[in-house]
Amino acid sequence: MVPAMIKQGCSTFSGQDLACVRGGRVVFAGLDFSLESGGALVLLGPNGSGKSSLLRVLAGLLRPAHGVLAWNAGAVADDPEAHAARTHYLGHHDAIKPVLTVAENLRFWAHLHDPHAERAGRAVDGALERFGLSHLSTIPGKMLSAGQKRRTNLARLLAAPSELWLLDEPTTALDKASIKALEKVLAEHRADGGMVVLSTHAEVELPGSAELHLDRFTTPLHDDDDDDEAAA
Amino acid sequence: MNRFFEVVRRDLRLALRQGSDSVMVVTFFVLTVVLFPFGIGPEVNVLERVSAGVLMVTALLASMLSLDRLFQADYEDGSLELLVLTPAPLGVVVAAKMLAHWLTTGLPLMVAAPVLAVLLHMQADGFTTLLAAMALGTPTLSLIGGIGAALVLGARRGGVLLSLLILPLYVPVLIFGVGAIDAAVQGMSAKPHLLILAGILAAALALAPWASAAALRQALE
Repeated sequence: MVPAMIKQGCSTFSGQDLACVRGGRVVFAGLDFSLESGGALVLLGPNGSGKSSLLRVLAGLLRPAHGVLAWNAGAVADDPEAHAARTHYLGHHDAIKPVLTVAENLRFWAHLHDPHAERAGRAVDGALERFGLSHLSTIPGKMLSAGQKRRTNLARLLAAPSELWLLDEPTTALDKASIKALEKVLAEHRADGGMVVLSTHAEVELPGSAELHLDRFTTPLHDDDDDDEAAA
Repeated sequence: MNRFFEVVRRDLRLALRQGSDSVMVVTFFVLTVVLFPFGIGPEVNVLERVSAGVLMVTALLASMLSLDRLFQADYEDGSLELLVLTPAPLGVVVAAKMLAHWLTTGLPLMVAAPVLAVLLHMQADGFTTLLAAMALGTPTLSLIGGIGAALVLGARRGGVLLSLLILPLYVPVLIFGVGAIDAAVQGMSAKPHLLILAGILAAALALAPWASAAALRQALE
């Protein structure tokens, strides 16, 4: 059901000495990480420790104040389009248009990511099924509950294949059964050679994943008690 | 290119389902133009003299009405982040959104303009030039307006700020649009004016999507 990915060997995604500055405040600095095909990285830390900011940096929405991101040997900044093509970013908002149906919403993002229409068409149906949305496919986005919207957004990951998944609190509003479905999808993605970077406050089972505690990279000079999630 | 049409199709579909924007823009255009005969009196000579100016100014204001929605809805629901992360140059995606904006606002204005020109007693000689000036002018309005819409994203009272930013930039379109129609009505050639309008459109076509894309990236940082 999930389209098999075309893999060309083993890839690495790494960051060196990354720093992020938001509103004059250093969110994190001196952060290194490295991820290989099939790997997963879980971002941990209290609110405001920079999990969302890091994910936005990894996606290319934010430029790091310092440091470099690299895919295999090449710098990500040299070819942002290639990076976008291999990345799925899932942020706080679900990007569901209220007047489009679930299938239309999904099809648009799938086609935009991968314009080969025929392949995307089949993948959309499969993706809907995986997240238990088949019966909702003709329902307009405005009728969906928060959890259903989130599942539609998650189905985007499967509707167009991508190597690197950046998930910012993907379990928000999900029920237990959906979290299980997500865990299964993540496991399959990694078995296929994909990578996952994920921030969460809930329990998500990711066997063999590395953990990155972001509060260790905040600079002690700055007081960040009163700041909410920096990229909110 | 596929992605370009994908975005155009999606924005047109959204506009059709929501419906309100195009209808609002054209209604505003019609109502405002109809106000002028009430305001300045029904004398044929006076109306005929001001018709070109009234139509162009009103069309310009009407097209600005819907501009603040160009990126705002996508910005609010997170779609804009995903559009920015599309594996295509952002300028292409932005150009697609601008085209969809023109198709849903500029084009209906163009269709409504000749009817209102009759109402204002514009001489028949001016009609084709009016259409030509609108055809060249309204896309420019969508393109330049897109830069403003991207710049005011996330700002409070963005709509007001947008008009302050954009209206001065609309002046060349207004001058040469009205100039073309006046020339045609007076029996002179409208060609130089129209050529300049075409030149402005060409420049806007080349520059506006990229300027707007840069502003969008800024807004999302």
